[in-house]
Amino acid sequence: MKRRTSTPLPSEITREEVYFSRRALLGGVLGASLSLPLLSAAAAKPGELAYQRNAKLSINEKPNSFEEITTYNNFIEFGTDKADPARYARDFRPQPWSVTVAGEAEVKGRYALEDLLKAHPLEERIYRLRCVEAWSMVIPWVGVPLADLLKRFKPTSRAKYVEFTTLLDPKRMPGQRSAILEWPYVEGLRIDEAMHPLAFMAIGLYGRSLPNQNGAPLRLVVPWKYGFKGIKSIVKIRFSATQPRNTWAIAAPDEYGFYANVNPAVDHPRWSQATERRIGASLLNQRQPTEPFNGYAGQVAHLYRGMDLAKFF
Amino acid sequence: MAAPRVDRWLRWGVKPLVFLLCLLPLAKVAAGIAGVGGIRLGADPVEEILETFGKWTLNFLLVTLCVTPLRQLTGFNDLVRFRRMLGLFAFTYACLHFATYLVLDRGLEWNAIVVDLAKRPYITIGFTALVLLFPLALTSTRGMMRRLGKRWQKLHRLVYVIAILGVWHFYWQVKLDVREPLIYAAILAVLLGYRFWRYRQRASKAAAAQGATATAESGRAG
Repeated sequence: MKRRTSTPLPSEITREEVYFSRRALLGGVLGASLSLPLLSAAAAKPGELAYQRNAKLSINEKPNSFEEITTYNNFIEFGTDKADPARYARDFRPQPWSVTVAGEAEVKGRYALEDLLKAHPLEERIYRLRCVEAWSMVIPWVGVPLADLLKRFKPTSRAKYVEFTTLLDPKRMPGQRSAILEWPYVEGLRIDEAMHPLAFMAIGLYGRSLPNQNGAPLRLVVPWKYGFKGIKSIVKIRFSATQPRNTWAIAAPDEYGFYANVNPAVDHPRWSQATERRIGASLLNQRQPTEPFNGYAGQVAHLYRGMDLAKFF
Repeated sequence: MAAPRVDRWLRWGVKPLVFLLCLLPLAKVAAGIAGVGGIRLGADPVEEILETFGKWTLNFLLVTLCVTPLRQLTGFNDLVRFRRMLGLFAFTYACLHFATYLVLDRGLEWNAIVVDLAKRPYITIGFTALVLLFPLALTSTRGMMRRLGKRWQKLHRLVYVIAILGVWHFYWQVKLDVREPLIYAAILAVLLGYRFWRYRQRASKAAAAQGATATAESGRAG
């Protein structure tokens, strides 16, 4: 892991078609044999990752282009406009990076990112991403199953929730200089949600290290929840007995909840959640119905059996 | 009325130029859709188009509202000759904004649109502003001005309400960073505040004049 440029030069970006034809090969040959998830010497290009595609947990929809995924971002730490993160995160250096593990767990401490990840083989998962603003994308993430990572810290029986915290550094994250949200950004999951096989800790997309604007160097991906649950640039993981207070629920509790499960039946107070616009679709045909739990109901609906999802939105 | 040379220059030079400039935002969107001239609408063209037309509606509303104060402050009365055109551009961009919402954003799904109009306050007030623009656009002709006489001016004061609703519509749909809508609100406050100030001044002058006449009359009587 010599260099992890997060905004690759245009010439370095793998074209989607090439990427898809090469992926199987890379995954098959390298992913299985390497214990180090991040290639250094073997990588043909900086930031390129070795991984195996998890076809079982991937959807069969065409991913959005690398450009769409990396120029249309909600990452308030780098500005409120969707184009801001690509612009203002360009010089952000996500290394060296360490993550503090704390709270109700037997194994705690501060870990260099490399040490945190090296035990885990990387997977690729193609997930839908549904933003609470009623647009959606399909993204080929690379990362590790969140459960595998969390289990290494041996959460105790008191660990009912997991809380994640983003880096707080207004010098490097200019958006944090204005108090439009309570910084640092905090998100959380119930422990059974965090341990669900679909919950994912991403360190890359399209086969390369995460671009800064997508939450480098590591971010949460919870595909059945609205995108704001996918906290970016994580520096702290805390196991907790009580429900974490997540940033958006603090900012506007009537608009954003803790669960934030994708739910076409429960509208945002200011707009409908029944449909979504798929970014990159034809201009005249962008609307499509939103699925309960973003189409992952079969896998996750049981987690919420008996809960009033209009109340716990 | 300006001297004939100035008049000709305004009519055949400046006015067509302003007209073309007013078309630029539309041209930019058209070029972006067609993918020509290196103009790109980004990853979410629908949002970009909606926002472009919406903001230019507000821009034209505010510019239209600048005409009278500027005319009064500078004494350059010919400015009023641009007012109708600017107002009609506000109307045009408002229609384009709404059409974008109907066709590109909502995909002409009427059930969802009706629910939006009824249940989403920011959409309700935006739509109200658009509806109120129609009588103004329809009565913008010289003939209608003549026919309506004094009532024309009264009717067209609706533009104050429309501008307030428009800026409010902008403010209400923003998720987090309200600085931009607040800038619009501040400019609108200045433009409306100026009118209120003028109105008060005129009223007190009229009262003073009336008082003076009354005193003079009572003096004569006494």
